[in-house]
Amino acid sequence: MGEGRQAQEVVLRLDGITKRFGALTANDGIGFSLAKGEVLALLGENGAGKTTLMNILFGHYTADEGRVEVFGRPLPPGQPGAALAAGVGMVHQHFTLADNMTVLENILLGTEPLWKLGLGRGAARARVERLSHDFGLAVHPDAKVGSLSVGERQRVEILKALYRDARILILDEPTAVLTPQEAEALFATLRKALAQGLSVIFISHKLHEVMAIAHRVVVLRHGRLVGEVATADTDRHRLAEMMVGAEIAAPAPREAVPGPALLSLRGVSTAGEGNSPGLRALDLDLRAGQITGLAGVSGNGQGALAELLSGLVAPISGEMRVADRPVARWTPREALAARIGRIPEDRHRTGTIADFTLTENAVLESYRDEPFARTGLMDWTAARGHAERIIQRYDVRCPGPETRIRLLSGGNMQKLILGRALEAEPRIILANQPVRGLDIGAVTYVQERLIAARDEGAAVLLISEDLDEILALSDVIRVISDGRLSPEFPRGSKTPAELGQWMAGQGFDHAA
Amino acid sequence: MRLEPIANPGLARSAGLPAAAIALTVVVASLLALLAGADPLATLGLILKGAAGSKFALLETLNRATPLIFTGLAVAVAFRAKLWNIGAEAQLYAGALLTVLVGTQLGLPGPVALPLMALAAILAGALTLLGPVLLKTRLGVDEVVTTLLLNFIMLLFISMLLEGPLKDPLGMGWPKSEALPRDARLPRIVDGLRLHWGFGLALICALGTWVIQTRTTLGYEIRATGLNLQGARFAGIPVNAVMVKTALISGGLAALAGFSEVAGLKGNLTLDISPGFGYTGIIVAMLAMLNPLGVVVSAIFVAGIFVGADSMSRAAEVPTYIADILLATALLFMVLAIMLTRFRVVRG
Repeated sequence: MGEGRQAQEVVLRLDGITKRFGALTANDGIGFSLAKGEVLALLGENGAGKTTLMNILFGHYTADEGRVEVFGRPLPPGQPGAALAAGVGMVHQHFTLADNMTVLENILLGTEPLWKLGLGRGAARARVERLSHDFGLAVHPDAKVGSLSVGERQRVEILKALYRDARILILDEPTAVLTPQEAEALFATLRKALAQGLSVIFISHKLHEVMAIAHRVVVLRHGRLVGEVATADTDRHRLAEMMVGAEIAAPAPREAVPGPALLSLRGVSTAGEGNSPGLRALDLDLRAGQITGLAGVSGNGQGALAELLSGLVAPISGEMRVADRPVARWTPREALAARIGRIPEDRHRTGTIADFTLTENAVLESYRDEPFARTGLMDWTAARGHAERIIQRYDVRCPGPETRIRLLSGGNMQKLILGRALEAEPRIILANQPVRGLDIGAVTYVQERLIAARDEGAAVLLISEDLDEILALSDVIRVISDGRLSPEFPRGSKTPAELGQWMAGQGFDHAA
Repeated sequence: MRLEPIANPGLARSAGLPAAAIALTVVVASLLALLAGADPLATLGLILKGAAGSKFALLETLNRATPLIFTGLAVAVAFRAKLWNIGAEAQLYAGALLTVLVGTQLGLPGPVALPLMALAAILAGALTLLGPVLLKTRLGVDEVVTTLLLNFIMLLFISMLLEGPLKDPLGMGWPKSEALPRDARLPRIVDGLRLHWGFGLALICALGTWVIQTRTTLGYEIRATGLNLQGARFAGIPVNAVMVKTALISGGLAALAGFSEVAGLKGNLTLDISPGFGYTGIIVAMLAMLNPLGVVVSAIFVAGIFVGADSMSRAAEVPTYIADILLATALLFMVLAIMLTRFRVVRG
């Protein structure tokens, strides 16, 4: 599809964009162009420079070098309004909607002057309804955004961009939160948008989607543009290689020797919260020496299961047994006492205290125990020794144990969290998205450590939205959908496509 | 424009900026003096002399600093946990009330009465803050509102008592309580001068608070809770219990200001024992960057401005309001200086 479009009008051109943050070059001379009616995929790992590039386009950062042209006119740098005014609309991965307002109000917010919010609604509503019809974005204008599903919220974000006369749509990881069906509907909308002459930049690291929707692919790695190909001339494997820069060598775990169940759930339910469902009558066994992979589309109860194992929420019904003893009181302290090692999903806000030093973070889960504390008094020398041990054993790159942890990179932060959990010699390990956002070296390191812990007899629950990661590491796989768990699938017994059907919620009805 | 965190602020930054803040405050004060038609240098000189120019002035400044150390510590402890205690004023009065009740109603001999008065005061202050903090942890009620409003409730309650059951029968109709017996008062540190042992107690409390914050597991829990509630909860820190403990300490410290003022200085309970010490404690704590030892320094600094301005206004034609403005500008510049030591402003 790509070649016919080369001659067409260029709507967006980036030229030699360079942006440095201290010693780090986030964008290094990046240049590409987008044609009218084209879908261009921006592919790259986390940290490859995609976000920085978009922030430059939207005037949040000023590039050190290079220029941006929209519809042939240079975009003034450092002005957040300029790209919007020039007709570029962005749909963020994390939505920027007000839950307590209606769809229509959200669309008008920031578009119309505040004092006009009450007036001229009729015309605005007609326009929103027309756009929603033209682009197949079915959503009721008077519904409160708080009551909408994730897919519907995304439609509101797209409508918002279209309402502002966006001619170029930028979608940041748009399918991360969608079911396959919702993603299909999104693609249908995008095709309608293309037919009307819009252009799309599609930011993703999901290769099959990129192959399905994009005409051309631009690959970023470590801030550099490393490849630009038409999807017709490439395949998933070659894109993956371009993205990570080498043949991907996933750690190959040896066969597991499962032992007794160290943690069992029987008919356990938890209360849901807002848009995230609770768990619905879950049965689960985590066995010694086994990695259980939990696959699923984001927001289907992974968070609830992680919170349950972390001790943040207790079951509202059903039985939970740890080391064959029923659990009565259940808090993070009990979870730690039951020797559950926890690697939380959000290392910045949950896993660490950003303004604490590495020393203070290293003892976060054990500060009350000897030798770090005696009769309520802290022994900071012992704590510092512990931090130094973790820094050394887990290869945490940092200026020293008295550095505030917020100054560390994500990978090094994660290594400290991993070390903190593993040094306590856990029997059960909860690893929630343990490698998200890490560079490939850190990914391999974390995964190898998890496999090693399994080999030493720990029961590991690996939660990930990346099916490839689940397939590579898990001894058994469970799929979570809408708070329910699929049966246990042994390694290799299901194809990705079959798992995908379970992820979409098929198979549960007759299983339940 | 945006802010970029600074990894290691150098000495020039961390010492120079606060110095610049003080210099700017002096400039603003000079302009105000000019505006009032006085010689700026002379005015500043008078303030300095009134605050620290003689033994008497210095002791008077320390005297005024005493309640501010207590309320400053109360605020510093609470703010560390992001517990916004704006009610030190109410806790101070609760402490003053119990000091007078125990001191005048039980008829105990001095050596027994004084510690008991202090304990009762601490308990009263702690309980005054317990209500708002339980409402916060159980129901999510904003403690800024509840602690602030409790200040007025407490003042009205004390006013009711002073017009009624606690009214001194020999008080010629003034709303004041009976006076404490001689032996139930804090002794003077220097004979003949007003500075009393409440100041010593304040220093001990500052040191104790510093030890709690930096050396104990409770201090660690308080700091973790304040910096990142979600992370602290995940790590197994019982954040609600930590909040309650913080509140008890904070309320107790504020109440000691009331104890110290009544037992050390005034001798009885009136409605004017505190000219807003509870609120000024917030300024004291912020200037000290919530450091308990810093609170001692900043309380003396703030007290010095008040005492100095009082003395200056008697000698020059500049109103004492200059003290309030000086404090406000000092606070604003200091907060700005603190921010600029941690962040640098970058364009783009």
